[in-house]
Amino acid sequence: MPEKTYLQAISDGLRQELRHDQRVFVLGEDVGVYGGAFKVTQGFQEEFGPWRVIDMPLSETAIVAGATGAALMGMRPVAEMQFADFVSCAWDHLVTVAAKQHYRAGTPIPIVLRLPSGGGFSGGPFHSQNPESSFAHIPGLKVVCPATPADAKGLLVSAIEDANPVLFFEHKHLYRRIKGEVPDERYSIPFGKARTHRDGDEIVVVTWGAMVYTASDAADVLEQDGVSVEVLDLRTLIPWDREAVLEAARRTSKVLVLHEDTRTGGFGAEIAATIAEEAFEYLDGPVKRIAAPDTPVPFSPPLEQAFIPQVDDVVAGLRHLAAY
Amino acid sequence: MAVREAEPIGSLQEVQEVGLDREDLFGIYRNMLTARGIEERGHILYKQGKIPGSFYTGRGNEAAAVGVATAMGPDDVGTPLQRDLGVHITRGVEPWRIFAQYMGRRDGPTHGRDGNVHIGDARLGLHAMVSHLPAMLPVGVGMALAFKIRQERRVAVAWCGDGASARGDAHEGMNLAGVRRLPVVFLIDNNQWAYSTPASLGHAIDHLADRAAAYGFEGVVVDGTDVLAVYREAQRAIEKARADGGPTLIEAVTLRMEGHAVHDDASYVPREMFEEWARRDPIERFRNWLLEHAGMTTQEEDEITAGVKKLLNDSLQRAEESPWPDPSTLLDGVFASADELETPHHK
Repeated sequence: MPEKTYLQAISDGLRQELRHDQRVFVLGEDVGVYGGAFKVTQGFQEEFGPWRVIDMPLSETAIVAGATGAALMGMRPVAEMQFADFVSCAWDHLVTVAAKQHYRAGTPIPIVLRLPSGGGFSGGPFHSQNPESSFAHIPGLKVVCPATPADAKGLLVSAIEDANPVLFFEHKHLYRRIKGEVPDERYSIPFGKARTHRDGDEIVVVTWGAMVYTASDAADVLEQDGVSVEVLDLRTLIPWDREAVLEAARRTSKVLVLHEDTRTGGFGAEIAATIAEEAFEYLDGPVKRIAAPDTPVPFSPPLEQAFIPQVDDVVAGLRHLAAY
Repeated sequence: MAVREAEPIGSLQEVQEVGLDREDLFGIYRNMLTARGIEERGHILYKQGKIPGSFYTGRGNEAAAVGVATAMGPDDVGTPLQRDLGVHITRGVEPWRIFAQYMGRRDGPTHGRDGNVHIGDARLGLHAMVSHLPAMLPVGVGMALAFKIRQERRVAVAWCGDGASARGDAHEGMNLAGVRRLPVVFLIDNNQWAYSTPASLGHAIDHLADRAAAYGFEGVVVDGTDVLAVYREAQRAIEKARADGGPTLIEAVTLRMEGHAVHDDASYVPREMFEEWARRDPIERFRNWLLEHAGMTTQEEDEITAGVKKLLNDSLQRAEESPWPDPSTLLDGVFASADELETPHHK
């Protein structure tokens, strides 16, 4: 099986979908001639032409609204926000139109929004955010946060096949840094099924996206302490795999929830609250949350490093839990 | 900047030249009467406490709505707004379902999930508006984008009010449509008031249609109380778009003859303004035209008005018999299922 970067897996998966289904088309800023700011769609326009790989004006509203209208007419648009941060400009069209149209008007809106997200490279306040929890709060939207190349491809296929608006968060820090085996053939990975990234039975870290690797590195350190830590990668937040989380919480009795998004109102709070409601009697200690602090994402490397949860932070959190 | 200001239509011959026969004219009249009649009965329902929430009408906009909808082809689509009930009527939405929608009943097009004219019927090419005007305008542009990609000879009509034309959605949608020469017609219902804000505080240009030039397409101003002139301009624009000639921006000028919604007495609108525009009432104006130019007989008129009255009475009764939505269905349909895509609502 070929080994690919996370970015190449997304690119190949998307290309495969364009070949597989004539209704699929790509729209976004600089996605055509330039191949996208991160080169995910490099070479696409040569293969599929300018009307299936559409360079859009700098208009996030028109991109998302345009995708919505095209979806209503039977297309399967895959729209790219150049950075996930810019989705704020299209909030209204996701939240007001796309998210609510099926519930109130009965018409499905099968759109995918690709959102390069996350920090770790001095992108500053406007090119580094992880806004997944804002959208997880909106009924009608699905939220996907793959961590591995194979998941990124398989979840992208599911996103395109899904009948609903799907926000597909691609962590930029993983794009070229993470490699993994990715099947060449077309396959899909269902939403709402967590993946055990690392086995363990004394503490479980529930996380997603780039934090899967931070958690895994921290688990390696705890292993040297003689503590066995499981890393559970949620893969999708809406829907999220409550059963897998609750099973792991009951089995290990100790849970650490980790995310790169900021703390207050982050999706980790939802997970912690659910565990408190459903698995309280099984816990040996408090559900611990590690997340970014409630600030914008700072630019300068020492500040950004202090902002994004680091392996040492997670190690400290795990040791705190291990002591119970 | 000078946009073209559309001329009124004077004679039956001119009307026939734009493709309408006498029966079509009576149909237009019937649709205008139906739209107004539904809203007049809506006021009564509201006073009876049968309409939850607020109630919005389009009195004064019947010609603009029906004129445009009459010009749309069967496979064309649109995103009409809260003053455009006539569009829904013209394209075949059944009045009883509209009453049921007003009252939050199960048989309304949204089954009680949304109210007022927030309705659509994908099979009729109509897609439900949202309150965040004009958010559906760039969605209409997206529909036109699909037609362009698939090289279909279909047209989208995207509505906007004078107030909402100030928003970025309108700009982004029109700009994209101009850049890609998409088969879309923009229809600005300029009723001169955005809630209580007069047009003079909403935009600094004489005609909103002037903006079309900035997007690289044609703009035209039409008297929105003249249903035949609206029809002619809409038909020209729609057929131009269908022939890959790109978008047109039509500004239909009217006056909103009631408040923003039922709670609003519109006391901020000068009385003389209401009086002036009442003399140009689109339905009365068209009735006089039919009498003068189409030789509508008393018997024909009576048949039309009696037919509309019976339709409305029957519809209202049927809507009142519609049950409330079942609270156990509250959670249904937040997400669509994949099989809905296999049997699409769109056409």
